[in-house]
Amino acid sequence: MSSPTAERSFIRSRHVEFAAIAVGLVLLTVIFPVLNAHGLLSDYRINLWGKYLCYALLAISVDLLWGYTGLLSLGQALFFSLGGYMLGMYLMLQIGMLGSYAKAGQNPTGLPDFMVFLGHTFLPPFWRPFHSFGFAALMVFVVPGLLALIFGFLAFRSRIKGVYFSILTQALTYGAALMFFRNDFTMGGNNGFTDFKFILGHSLVEPDTGPATMRGLFVASAVLLFVVVLFCHWLNGTKFGLVRQAIRDGENRVLFSGYATAHFKLFVFVIAACIAAVGGALFVPQAGIINPDQMTPIKSIEAVVWVAVGGRGTLVGPIIGAIGINALRSWATQAYPDSWLIILGALFLIVVLFLPGGIVSLPGKITTWWRGRPKAAAPADSAAAPSPERS
Amino acid sequence: MSHPILIVEDVSKSYDGFKAISDLNFYLFEGELRTVIGPNGAGKSTFFDLITGRAKPDKGRIEFGASDAPTHDLTGLCEYEINRLGIGRKFQTPSVYVEHTVRDNLVLSLKGPRGVFASLFKRLNSADCDRIDELLKLIRLDGKRDWKAGLLAHGEKQWLEIGMLLAQEPKVLLVDEPAAGMSDEETHRTGELLISLAGKHSIIVIEHDMTFVKQIARDNPVTVLHQGHVLCEGKFEEVQSDPKVREVYLGRGKHGTR
Repeated sequence: MSSPTAERSFIRSRHVEFAAIAVGLVLLTVIFPVLNAHGLLSDYRINLWGKYLCYALLAISVDLLWGYTGLLSLGQALFFSLGGYMLGMYLMLQIGMLGSYAKAGQNPTGLPDFMVFLGHTFLPPFWRPFHSFGFAALMVFVVPGLLALIFGFLAFRSRIKGVYFSILTQALTYGAALMFFRNDFTMGGNNGFTDFKFILGHSLVEPDTGPATMRGLFVASAVLLFVVVLFCHWLNGTKFGLVRQAIRDGENRVLFSGYATAHFKLFVFVIAACIAAVGGALFVPQAGIINPDQMTPIKSIEAVVWVAVGGRGTLVGPIIGAIGINALRSWATQAYPDSWLIILGALFLIVVLFLPGGIVSLPGKITTWWRGRPKAAAPADSAAAPSPERS
Repeated sequence: MSHPILIVEDVSKSYDGFKAISDLNFYLFEGELRTVIGPNGAGKSTFFDLITGRAKPDKGRIEFGASDAPTHDLTGLCEYEINRLGIGRKFQTPSVYVEHTVRDNLVLSLKGPRGVFASLFKRLNSADCDRIDELLKLIRLDGKRDWKAGLLAHGEKQWLEIGMLLAQEPKVLLVDEPAAGMSDEETHRTGELLISLAGKHSIIVIEHDMTFVKQIARDNPVTVLHQGHVLCEGKFEEVQSDPKVREVYLGRGKHGTR
């Protein structure tokens, strides 16, 4: 292999990546919303795709850790859910006097319904600041970020690596789920938060204004996804990006080259937690519900499958994986409801066995196969073989 | 007498009751090229582990101090802190970043700030680029700068790692079996490179290959480690003719083959 060719194909692949991102951005932020506004794309689809975009953010957070840094976190859904819960608290307080108990005259102070049900008479103090959207939006970053900072500090300082790190993150998310399942944690217990009415004064449920709000949330998700992708792209080009990948491939060498690898891993872990949390915060108003089921380890493992299928260690791989698998799921759970898990498992196995680079590596594989084909088919005709390469 | 840059005194280290290093005393002087030999299990790699912070001694002191800088106790520092003081280590098996290009391997090793935020906003200046070009020529990988390091031959990886070590501009170089897996010609060139680096850097080389040791030791002292302590120290010929050394190390082959 000669370096100029490698360089050229590298540049070409970056062009392709950029083109794909640009086309995706225009489709998502302009064309789809316009089609939806004119009734050519159903509200259901917009809502569904809005959720996929949030899942894509979760997938990117998994990929930042697993694909780029070599840290397989099986707890990213925890940060996704925490982000969702933080915005969910704001959404719950926005319901106010429109809740079921208040309508029935049994809730004069406008407490969230689940609190009335559990016999609370006043709002717990830590809930009060969540009347403000700004505070809730800040907490979307602060709470998951702080948890990641503390957990990451302890884990990386003790040099917990590999499968032990994966198990610990899984235990963390499981522990958090158990805590959120408890009613006296005042976070809605196993029902979680639901029945949202308003976000920033815009209705989420009214038949005439709700779809426009959903469209806005869809565009917001697309824009945030784009911002995150740009941020990751920038990160890849920095020396930080080089160090991060070096930690993945040979942590000892990095450590003995004077880099405090634990600090780098901690930074990536916190950033990834924040990205997942933003995804979760945008997911909750679009899904209309958040409950501790979203925190169970299985949700985090699903996100790892998306990344593996899409292609880890790439920018677009996790997005393709998250959207592709979730689209497949919503089709398969209707068409073949009993065999969805088998389909998912088979897909994962096929990718692991035959396509370790994921879907994004497919075009390259096909090109290689296509170029290699004439040589293999007609080894005697060696003079003709180089011609496709020259073109 | 020149200034000792590395002082190892009364150091012991045991693993599960096995004494890898026992009451070791070792002094490295500034600009010196020291070769450390010894049979398998003599504690050579543990010796490097102790200096670089990978392992902590059970007792004794390990101090590092160039003549123009304050002395540091290394036993309380961790790997990256010790490296930042100016002690670079080349591992026995070449450890390069296989997914990075040869050039990026050197970029990562260049002397400079090592913090998270510094690395986010680091841009290579022309002096950095010149330094990289110079190193690429020195390690003869100029033509392969854009190759992934994983594609290099074993000997080339060894050279790349030496280049990475030099990019850090360390005061002390710890080089663990640099000639392993190299052809005779490559080995010879490695030896010449190490000799040329002595003076500017202080170097400890661990090696098994006696031809190579003879080449680089010349008039420099050779230290023989045996069962975790220094068996003897002196010029290559002296060491070679020492009956104790012949007994534990050099002579063992002769007894075996008779």
